[in-house]
Amino acid sequence: MTLDDVLKGLFPSGHQVKISDAGWITGAATRKTGGPISVIGVAKGVALGTAGVLPLAAQVLDVVARGGDTPILVLVDTQGQLMARRDEMRGLNEYLGHLAKCLLLASHLGHRTIGLEYGKAAAGAFLATALATDILIGLPGAEPAVMDLPSISRVTKLPEAELLKLAKTTPVFAPGLDHMVLMGAVAKVWDPAQPLDGQLEDALAAASPVDVRDVLGAERKGRPMSAQVARRVIAEATGRSCDLASP
Amino acid sequence: MGGTFAEVSGAKLVGLVRAARDHKDLPQTVLLLLDSGGVRLQEANAGELAVAEFMRAIAQARSAGVAVIALVGGKSGAFGGAGLTVGVCSRVVVSEQGRIGVSGPEVIETNKGVEEYDSRDKALVWSVCGGKNRRLIGMADAFTEDSMVGFREAAKAQISLSAPFNLATLQAEQQRLKQRQEKFAACDDANAMWRILGIQSPEAVADMDAAAFILLANGIKDSNHDAR
Repeated sequence: MTLDDVLKGLFPSGHQVKISDAGWITGAATRKTGGPISVIGVAKGVALGTAGVLPLAAQVLDVVARGGDTPILVLVDTQGQLMARRDEMRGLNEYLGHLAKCLLLASHLGHRTIGLEYGKAAAGAFLATALATDILIGLPGAEPAVMDLPSISRVTKLPEAELLKLAKTTPVFAPGLDHMVLMGAVAKVWDPAQPLDGQLEDALAAASPVDVRDVLGAERKGRPMSAQVARRVIAEATGRSCDLASP
Repeated sequence: MGGTFAEVSGAKLVGLVRAARDHKDLPQTVLLLLDSGGVRLQEANAGELAVAEFMRAIAQARSAGVAVIALVGGKSGAFGGAGLTVGVCSRVVVSEQGRIGVSGPEVIETNKGVEEYDSRDKALVWSVCGGKNRRLIGMADAFTEDSMVGFREAAKAQISLSAPFNLATLQAEQQRLKQRQEKFAACDDANAMWRILGIQSPEAVADMDAAAFILLANGIKDSNHDAR
């Protein structure tokens, strides 16, 4: 789906969402229920650098400063963090961390945050946007990736042919929406044939600041160990017993 | 290999920070010693998720009053997911060897060409992501010699300085990062940034010993803040 289709589907009666030439999404809209929702994001698959973070984080902080419980929708189509010497020199990691923190603070203070991946999402930009929300939704055709297979092959020195073969049997490393669903990263894939505004309400109802992605990953058998290991560490740190069999 | 965030290793870190978040009888300071290239690519998806869960756990722990101090030294520094993790901590201590960033120089060179970033030009690499630049632009709150004693002393001094994780802190950080973006917009190299910060001989910074450098950095306004 194009961004235009997505916005029309989410807000059939219209919206005030702007997409800048650089690809930054900012603005607001009205939900099916009549309540407001704040909308930010990255469009056109552009890379997220220091300049792009600022308007998005500013809007999140404005929503928090106004109080209330207005939810925040984060639309994501980005090839990843901007790979540029100048942005690295200025501290891109701090800018991306800042955007994640703004979303996490909003969530902590009662604003539900929803990520909607409709295009690409990769690496550091994925962590600062979609993966910093309470609940992440995918649309069919979305292409989440930590790194593409040829690059993984270069870094790990494992032959690409072998990686391609492995990618068919394990969700643990290979790009793809299905894999991210099995890992517990993407809570749900929406059905584009059904009205998106109703599906948005369902997602808002399911969103919570409690991080359940590891539990979801275990239930879906894509990431069997995470939840269990985290619980065992808590049990050992507190000296309390821990039932490792339960999810 | 450098990539350390994986399903199991990541879950251990997540569990530790969640424990501090939920149990007030446990120590309420977490020292995070980072020497990591980020996600372990052999399990890239699980590693990326572990970083996302770690970042959320750190933010929630900070909201509950836990101080999370990043100590970055060593060989790999903190890149990728480890670099973003530094960006959510309460305070950051770095040594000259503790490089911090998102994409490493080799990755940028591979993707964008040697004209963009020459990863074999060591002086260039250190000036971009090395500990001295990180301290001067205000990404790190303290600089230390690359030794256990150095990090121990610096960490002790930082624990009580952690800012609360709230709207005022993040608004101040937004202001700080916006100013940095504007101030250094035209800078092509670190020397140009350091000159704007008021350092008269930026070319002398690389050879400064730790004591002299700490004195220099502590006197620069932009390098010292609690907006994190």
